[in-house]
Amino acid sequence: MSEQSGQVTGAQSLVTSLEAAGVTDIFGIPGGAILPAYDPLMDSTRIRHILVRHEQGAGHAAQGYAAATGRVGVCMATSGPGATNLVTPLADAHMDSVPLVAVTGQVGAAMIGTDAFQEADIRGITMPITKHNFLVTDPADIPSTIAEAFHIASTGRPGPVLVDVAKSALQAQTTFAWPDELHLPGYRPVTTPHAKQIKEAVRLIREAKRPVLYVGGGVIRARASRELAQLAALTGIPVVTTLMARGAFPDSHPQHLGMPGMHGTVAAVAGLQKSDLIISLGARFDDRVTGNLDSFAPNALVIHADIDPAEIGKNRHADVPIVGDCKEVIAQLVAVLQAEGADGDYESWVAFLSGVKQTYPLGYDAPADGSLAPQYVIERLGAIAGPEAIYASGVGQHQMWAAHFVGYENPNTWINSGGLGTMGFSVPAAMGAKVGMPDTTVWAIDGDGCFQMTNQELATCAINDIPIKVAIINNESLGMVRQWQTLFYNERYSNTDLHSKRIPDFVKLADAYGCVGLACESPDEVDATIEKAMSIDDQPVVVDFRVHRDAMVWPMVAAGTSNDEIKYARDLAPQFDEDDI
Amino acid sequence: MSSKHTLSVLVENKPGVLARIAGLFSRRGFNIDSLAVGPTEHPEVSRMTIVVNVEDSPLEQVTKQLNKLVEVIKIVELDGPGSVNRELLLVKVRADAATRGAVLDAVQLFRAKVVDVSPEAVTVQAVGNADKLADLLRVLEPFGIRELVQSGMVAIGRGSRSISERAQRPVAVPAPVSALKSPASATAG
Repeated sequence: MSEQSGQVTGAQSLVTSLEAAGVTDIFGIPGGAILPAYDPLMDSTRIRHILVRHEQGAGHAAQGYAAATGRVGVCMATSGPGATNLVTPLADAHMDSVPLVAVTGQVGAAMIGTDAFQEADIRGITMPITKHNFLVTDPADIPSTIAEAFHIASTGRPGPVLVDVAKSALQAQTTFAWPDELHLPGYRPVTTPHAKQIKEAVRLIREAKRPVLYVGGGVIRARASRELAQLAALTGIPVVTTLMARGAFPDSHPQHLGMPGMHGTVAAVAGLQKSDLIISLGARFDDRVTGNLDSFAPNALVIHADIDPAEIGKNRHADVPIVGDCKEVIAQLVAVLQAEGADGDYESWVAFLSGVKQTYPLGYDAPADGSLAPQYVIERLGAIAGPEAIYASGVGQHQMWAAHFVGYENPNTWINSGGLGTMGFSVPAAMGAKVGMPDTTVWAIDGDGCFQMTNQELATCAINDIPIKVAIINNESLGMVRQWQTLFYNERYSNTDLHSKRIPDFVKLADAYGCVGLACESPDEVDATIEKAMSIDDQPVVVDFRVHRDAMVWPMVAAGTSNDEIKYARDLAPQFDEDDI
Repeated sequence: MSSKHTLSVLVENKPGVLARIAGLFSRRGFNIDSLAVGPTEHPEVSRMTIVVNVEDSPLEQVTKQLNKLVEVIKIVELDGPGSVNRELLLVKVRADAATRGAVLDAVQLFRAKVVDVSPEAVTVQAVGNADKLADLLRVLEPFGIRELVQSGMVAIGRGSRSISERAQRPVAVPAPVSALKSPASATAG
């Protein structure tokens, strides 16, 4: 199905290649080296280019777009500073396995290596933070490189791919020919699991007494929620969903213990810690989940399924390694369990965990002075906007509260920066999600610190009719850092006070950006404010929720300590009776 | 406890591949003892011989990470007895009329070769495994070593089998679900 045409410029070939790859939306900013590409882009009827205000915004928007839709997100920037501004989003997408293609202009081929104006070796710079990257100097290579970039970004373990194109290649004459096949001899992701490993996993599942399904972001990326629901229903095994997997399994489901890890629920942490079999699906035993690795789940055997062989056994020994796509792996586990009998006896284990879940539910204390609890704001937001909405968060306390208190029922409705922990992720990611899912309500749940890192994209939203809603959880500080200072640094609050209730005025700032600005200070205004925001859909809305600054995220496992040391609240350790298991 | 491992890595012959591989070793915290790279019987494929000093379990991790690089086609660990390992040494040894005879004796003994002569020195070329070259240097040392350069090790498996067979395979567009396995995933899957 290769199309042939006459002579075109490299720039035209690039735009036609992007169209052939199925691109409909690009976030970017033009500049000198990429300028030739922006000329034919203006004539493209298939591609909408959204002019952002900072390249970092373009990158996070492409991530939000990809996370919400499952399609490859695309961003574009010029050489030098344009390209280096994409470094943070590329690193973020690399950590969280987000399918992304970044196209950057490079100085002309003859100038490369001369320290030319706006020259940066972006391919060299991004080698450790991309799944792969390319430098194109021959215009004839443009179509095949774009085809390879989209293939690599979207298959196997998804990730970001950067295509750096020399200005001379964009300006030169070439012919456009979409390739019939890709030449990637070293790229062969394994998606189908080995039958023998599936059988061995099923044997362990049937023999286990205290199994737990440890569900990671791979289940979201593989679109395997339906298969997961079948596996959970068939076996009755309790489920934990990591920060990256929130929404992969309904929060309302009785088998769901919640999120594990440093700020996980007591039930989810105990579920992993005291299990005798961890069935890891698309998760990577991250340090934020395991705590001190040596004391993590000491009595558990591990079935570790992942599409990336390098994740298996990286942090924790896998007794049954399974390389494959989560959708296929879980479907085969279900099939073999159905054939051999899902007859494991987990009754007392399930009863024990239900007890833990009941005794130590998620909760928070309302501030004694009657001021606003941040958790209450997020809880009400989740209840009013509902589980069909998409929530994109920044990084910090508000992220943990948003992970806990919104209540997720569907995959791809929770978008956040998990691995890299990029403050400022939320507003541009929400913008990208809204572009990808225009009929869905998209809330950015942001902190006052995060919001001030990337809020320039409100202009992009207002001008391009991208009506996102932003809830600023304004505790006038870098809240998570402040929490650590409270707990571990003797309440010495070094450089965490942002004074954001005074400067800036978020309502005026929203107004200046052509958005509706609202403020809310007391618990009894919360519902009305959220409903007001929900009623506006022709403009972006920014709500300044002015919350109590001393609220802390609980439960918590202090960094580097064992998950056995989890605190339900300050100085309050949960009590389990081991004999109950 | 750590030990030396020899990895033969087939890579696409493209610019930047060496930087990609060297960068991966450094950021994952692995030290390269030696690295040699050159062409193979296929013009599109280069071959690297990398000697690393690691324990078994980090070796598995570095092999898997290497396999994830798109331009890495195949990785094989070569064990000592099953392979031939060679390094190249060029060494400039002080040798005047009085000592030249003794230097040449040593060169002969190690089946090395003199490739350049001047009134004060000879340049010796030697090929061998690391132990043999170390022994030669020990013998030459007393005469005075003026300059020394040594290549990384290259290695090849014994017997008739080639590691680069079936190395090149195109991927169709749109890509089908592929069941092909890389060596590392085959052990895991």
